[in-house]
Amino acid sequence: MEKKLNTKFTYTEKKDTRSGFGDGFLEAGRKNPNVVGLCADLIGSLKMGAFQKEFPDRFFQVGISEANMMGIAAGMTIGDKIPFTGTFANFSTGRVYDQIRQSIAYSGKNVKICASHAGLTLGEDGATHQILEDVGMMKMLPHMTVINPCDYNQTKAATMAIAEYEGPVYLRFGRPSWPIFTPSDQKFEIGKAWKMIDGSDVTIFATGHLVWEAVVAEAILAEEGISVEVINIHTIKPLDVDAILDSVAKTGCCVSAEEHQYNGGLGDSIAQTLARNNPAPMEYVGVDDSFGESGTPTALMEKYGLNAANIVKAVKKVMERK
Amino acid sequence: MEKQSIDQLKKTCSQVRRDVLRMVHAVNSGHPGASLGCTEFFVALYFNQMEHNPDFKMKGEGEDLFFLSNGHISAVWYSVLARSGYFNTEELATFRKIDSRLQGHPATEEHLPGIRIASGSLGQGMSVAIGAAQAKKLNNDDRTVYVLMGDGEQQEGQVWEAALYAPHHKVDNLIATIDVNRQQIDGPTAEIMDLGSLIDKYKAFGWEVVETKNGNDLEEVIATLEKAKSLLGNGKPVMNLLHTEMGFGVDFMTATHKWHGVAPNDEQLENALGQLEETLGDY
Repeated sequence: MEKKLNTKFTYTEKKDTRSGFGDGFLEAGRKNPNVVGLCADLIGSLKMGAFQKEFPDRFFQVGISEANMMGIAAGMTIGDKIPFTGTFANFSTGRVYDQIRQSIAYSGKNVKICASHAGLTLGEDGATHQILEDVGMMKMLPHMTVINPCDYNQTKAATMAIAEYEGPVYLRFGRPSWPIFTPSDQKFEIGKAWKMIDGSDVTIFATGHLVWEAVVAEAILAEEGISVEVINIHTIKPLDVDAILDSVAKTGCCVSAEEHQYNGGLGDSIAQTLARNNPAPMEYVGVDDSFGESGTPTALMEKYGLNAANIVKAVKKVMERK
Repeated sequence: MEKQSIDQLKKTCSQVRRDVLRMVHAVNSGHPGASLGCTEFFVALYFNQMEHNPDFKMKGEGEDLFFLSNGHISAVWYSVLARSGYFNTEELATFRKIDSRLQGHPATEEHLPGIRIASGSLGQGMSVAIGAAQAKKLNNDDRTVYVLMGDGEQQEGQVWEAALYAPHHKVDNLIATIDVNRQQIDGPTAEIMDLGSLIDKYKAFGWEVVETKNGNDLEEVIATLEKAKSLLGNGKPVMNLLHTEMGFGVDFMTATHKWHGVAPNDEQLENALGQLEETLGDY
């Protein structure tokens, strides 16, 4: 279906966003000798191996002890190090929430919590590993920045950008091979939304893997004469409130799209912004208060409604409510 | 800072205990028991053992660093920091009050000099200290990192993750201390969740272990810390088991868990202060 569509962004290659992290992490390490890595027995899965090989003295295998990893990372910042912790998103957040809360967020430590295999697209491992609550948990913490890039290039750029930013960051990425549709030379500005496609009838605010689905949805809707604005919200916190309000002031309605629970995700952040400033009809594309299950990423995205087809439905519904 | 003599240190201990009691009494909250029990340890560290600079810098380059994992005994730490010159002793009067830098549990949010990490939720401090110690190694800074934990705190799982990590990564610029006062909020540790032999456990995990049999005897506290220091640099972290009496220095508070988190009333304060000489002037 995708190939026949006239999407405004295209791709020739697919790659996992975690590889964007791994490559960005290596670059950040080459640029700044204070960048260090810690991993809880998932070096291969997190693509941290190249950094470990090039900078063995700046890389720490922590073993399967994520709580300890968060504490060590916090301690290393005191000596001006910039620690990047690596494990799955589930073990980067829910498992270590109190450690992050006290030793990192409340203490204002410059730790980069790098979380792979987030969301349903983890696939076959099933719901124990498919965290869909992590964005909510992390964005509730004062001082925490939350970033969910959309493809390999954006993830690589985001990884390099957070190394230069002072403060705790949660960086979320994933496992599946995904279209690379953003430029390799992009400048990543934390907290600055990217209007990818101009439109006037409805806005789609998308984050992570769902940005590509939004791009596809726009092409489907364009064929039906609906003018869709697509905004890439790679930074969920701090949220680019102006970009959201400006767009909805123009289009009058919106859809949020994310690989996360409705509760606590990007959609909730947008709804809060609209409720407080300019209430407008809004629909959510996300997971509606349920756990995931085993399956291929594509099958899961379809079953749980996290794809272009479902975004199209949500757009039509929200436009009727205008 | 100049190292204090034993006589001076004893006087400082008496004043610190007065500070602790007056601080918790003023707000009718806080944790006097283990604060009093650990007074000799804190005073020995800050006035005799550590190389540190009260003109506080977060990084502490070229300095020994101290982390308090059992953050609820903040009162004794605040007193020792103030008496060391990190901030004015008058500020001790703001302890646990609104708009204070002296939070109930230590925090960095208000930028109190001397505090490098928040603590209070137990089990996290040793991991942080290990990270700080490893950063010192990366920075070719040969100073030592100290951390204090409670014995009840040993019931937290994260402590044992850290205990496993430090010898594996040869973190041999770290002196950890456990305040073994055998008490926790609900009663004696032996009844609540028996810790067994901490010596055997830490030795089995690959640590050098030293013991301070009487952690309320200043000379012994100092001698053991000196011994601990002499064991550094040999590929192993050092554990100091500091046996103390909770509430030491005040007869009716000694050796019971009842004063873990309870402040004295007016009459009890007067009685307690009567047992402790005012040596450096109350704040």
